[in-house]
Amino acid sequence: MSKIAITIDGERLWVKVGISVAAALSMTSQPHCRLSVSGQPRAPFCSMGICQECRVSINGVRRLACQTLCQADMHITRSDNG
Amino acid sequence: MKRADVIVVGAGIIGSACAWQLARRGLRVALVDDGLPGATAAGMGHLVCMADNPAELALCAYSLRLWRELVAQMPEHCAWRSCGTLWLAEHEDELALAEQKQQRLAAAEAESRLVSAGELRRCEPLLRHGLAGGLHVPGDGIVYAPNVARWLIEQGGEAIVRYRGSAVALEPQAVRLADGTRLTADAVLLACGLAANALLAEPLLRAKKGQLAITDRYPPQVRHQLVELGYGASAHASNGTSVAFNLQARPTGQLLLGSSRQFDAPDDVLDMSLLATMLQRATQFVPSLAQMNIIRCWTGQRAASADGLPLLGPHPVHDGLWLALGHEGLGVTTALGSAALIADRLLRQRPAIDDTPYRPVRLLTVEEVSA
Repeated sequence: MSKIAITIDGERLWVKVGISVAAALSMTSQPHCRLSVSGQPRAPFCSMGICQECRVSINGVRRLACQTLCQADMHITRSDNG
Repeated sequence: MKRADVIVVGAGIIGSACAWQLARRGLRVALVDDGLPGATAAGMGHLVCMADNPAELALCAYSLRLWRELVAQMPEHCAWRSCGTLWLAEHEDELALAEQKQQRLAAAEAESRLVSAGELRRCEPLLRHGLAGGLHVPGDGIVYAPNVARWLIEQGGEAIVRYRGSAVALEPQAVRLADGTRLTADAVLLACGLAANALLAEPLLRAKKGQLAITDRYPPQVRHQLVELGYGASAHASNGTSVAFNLQARPTGQLLLGSSRQFDAPDDVLDMSLLATMLQRATQFVPSLAQMNIIRCWTGQRAASADGLPLLGPHPVHDGLWLALGHEGLGVTTALGSAALIADRLLRQRPAIDDTPYRPVRLLTVEEVSA
């Protein structure tokens, strides 16, 4: 089965082709995508692009983890929202 | 509770401010609200000194003085920020509007100063090159109005008793709720925006629909509330659909984007083509918005009176019935001033500013009502 390498917060991860960034995040030791204004961890909730909970930075651009498929050498950063 | 002195219908920013002000002055208030979101839940929470007509300016300037006395006491969740407003001139010919506004504000003792094109860029680097200049109004700010409304009610303590329910009928010195409860008091104050049309059984207020969009959280890059100088013309148009650029940096790092006006669109559905026009207008001032993500959009209805000024004071026909209605898009700004004027009149005290322009009698003549 073909796999591609991505990085999540600087950590290299091999994932199956065709999985979403949300799925890749769930394979790490840290399930959250971002911290809320009050510092609460947030994770994918609706998984269909509506709830906006799974905002992460992908190659420097803010994206929804559930709506983005992993691509080779993708750099994903859990969003601290500045 | 003992019998209330005043029943306030509506716990948005106007009703809450009125209930708080009346409670402070020793009255017992029954505050009725149906829990449904109204204009307070939908708006931007901009405390802005509008100056497009003298009566509007007088009420804004007075109310903003009262806000400035209060903001230091407000808890963090009220999200007060003293950001000021930057009014933007897109073209040279709009600089005259900035100068006129500056003079009008000065006459009301509201501070403002003209800003050059270069200074605009220096203080707000996201603005595009080539804007003509602007006007900085440092006394303006922002709040999160739904939390301010709740906080004001809490400040009333035991003097304010809340009733969750829908007011369905007015009787002399009484209000009947949908569940059959009948509340009585010496005075009844309607502060329920558009819902007053049904209670008064007359189309006193017209709905002006607006829509807003808010971005994801980004590192703070905008310091002032940014508004185009043409906003006033859009805000006061009595017909047609219009948009005007209005951008607010929320304390969360989100950017709140307005604004639009639509008449006779009573639903809460987003108008996508109008939203696109709003966003295009916004990117004409802040091009980098095009690279940001919008995470929510919503609509709301402003309650507009026939002459654009609020109705504050006694109903000219019905004894004991008072109105605090028709604040349109300025309810947050003018809430404290409106509440003070209402309390002054109710308690037969001399108001701090002339309240003649806001008295309901100007729009509700005795002849019309009885006809």
